[in-house]
Amino acid sequence: MSDRGTLLEKDIRGLDRLELPLGTTDSLARRLWRSAWPKLAAVAMALVVWELVVLSGWQERFVLPPPYEVFETLGELATTDRFWVAIATTLRRAVIGFSVAMGIGTVVGLAVSQSSVFRRAVGSLITGLQTMPSIAWFPLAILLFGLTETAIFFVVLIGAAPSIANGLINGVDHIPPVLLRAGRMLGARGMTAWRHVVLPAALPSYVGGLKQGWAFAWRSLMAGEILVIIAARPSIGVQLQFARELSDSDGLQAFMIVVLIIGILVDIIFGAVERRLRRNRGLVA
Amino acid sequence: MTAAVRVTESARATDRAVEVLGVSKTYGDGHSAVAALEDVSLSIRRGEFVCLVGASGCGKSTLLNLIAGIYRIDKGSIAAKGRVGLMFQEPALFPWLTVERNIETAMRFRKARPDRSRVQELLRIVHLEDFGKSRPHELSGGMQQRTALARTLAQDADILLMDEPFGALDAMTRTVLHDELERIWQEAGLTVIFVTHDVREAVRLGDRVVLLSSRPGRVVDEFDVDLLRPRRLDSPEVTEIAAQVTERLLEQVRSHV
Repeated sequence: MSDRGTLLEKDIRGLDRLELPLGTTDSLARRLWRSAWPKLAAVAMALVVWELVVLSGWQERFVLPPPYEVFETLGELATTDRFWVAIATTLRRAVIGFSVAMGIGTVVGLAVSQSSVFRRAVGSLITGLQTMPSIAWFPLAILLFGLTETAIFFVVLIGAAPSIANGLINGVDHIPPVLLRAGRMLGARGMTAWRHVVLPAALPSYVGGLKQGWAFAWRSLMAGEILVIIAARPSIGVQLQFARELSDSDGLQAFMIVVLIIGILVDIIFGAVERRLRRNRGLVA
Repeated sequence: MTAAVRVTESARATDRAVEVLGVSKTYGDGHSAVAALEDVSLSIRRGEFVCLVGASGCGKSTLLNLIAGIYRIDKGSIAAKGRVGLMFQEPALFPWLTVERNIETAMRFRKARPDRSRVQELLRIVHLEDFGKSRPHELSGGMQQRTALARTLAQDADILLMDEPFGALDAMTRTVLHDELERIWQEAGLTVIFVTHDVREAVRLGDRVVLLSSRPGRVVDEFDVDLLRPRRLDSPEVTEIAAQVTERLLEQVRSHV
């Protein structure tokens, strides 16, 4: 290589070296601890407040038991079959309802993002549905489908699908035009452009929509299981309702903790996926 | 029409890479119509490095997009002999792909089988072989633009259209990339049409500098730059020719008062 070539190469490598940020990456354990300790502290504080309220004597102990009793009950429940059957039933419904919502929300989202006619027709309706409390659909759902699982699925679907559709629509709407141009210039048309440019570009927003859709689905499902009680089918909602009827406050709160934990766990999974997508794309620091 | 695979036999002489004949382009219609280009003719030899300069509104970018086949021509004809690749001011890399995969994708879009060794070769050409696995946002602006260049070359483009590709970079990086582009152009035997509003940059890089007028865009003047390469942006010869071009450019701008 000529002198000039070597010199140029040095110029370039030197500039690259200078322009790159100095990398400092913490170990996994450190990062986990950094994100975990505030959560643990918050839980601890909540338990302390709960205990203080109980100690204040505001309610009888059989109405508002202290935390350790509730966790004791939860531990006992966890040894029974009924507890796990109830959770399995509820989770099965959640998975089926959310999957159907995902399918329909995605199809509607694609249609709206691609067709201006569709957008004018149902664009604002989707946002309207999103703000409507899904519990308001139950009377109609029960009239239409009776006290069946279908009624529950219907409301879960109505609750979750709009968020999923909106996530996809927003994602497609906010793709930087220059990426679409680049795709076109490089020869991506039609389905190729969709698969390799539009969908990956819209993915973070779509996953954000899924996460929000899950929250709505989970809420609708709980409401549904309390309102639509199907005989001989234990579910988390049914357990909550029975516990109230039997004034079993320990059991009631134990199951509420289960509802909270499942909701949080799924949210954490969606959140982690979304964060990872955004970080890979340089959308977060 | 697929810009990247437009191979036309009608470029007249064999040494012509691009032949622009009496091309006009108007945006909008009726009272709001703006003539971006009017009767522009330009012929570019194979292997030539041509810079288009002009004030804003001279239709430089329009002309590039017409040659690339992205916009439709109102009047006239354009024949490009070879595969055309277009680079923008923004690197426009796909942020969800690594540097390597960005380059591979360009091959895949052309229905070519992604060729790993060719990807590595392209990375070496732009001096980014250590950054194949990096994400675009982890790179500096200059490195991103070099990745974009590699991606354009991955389409086997022999006619490179560049729309102010270094406009957003700092002066130092720019100077180095001028050398880099000159080297790649010479080694790969490319034909380059380079749009810029920086007259000095045009004289530094071009075999020929074409001056376009504004609204409507017409070819007003052409300057042959017979300086030995490699050139330097701050050499007296470059400065002198740049001064002449700037003088003509200012005449143009004043005529709009």
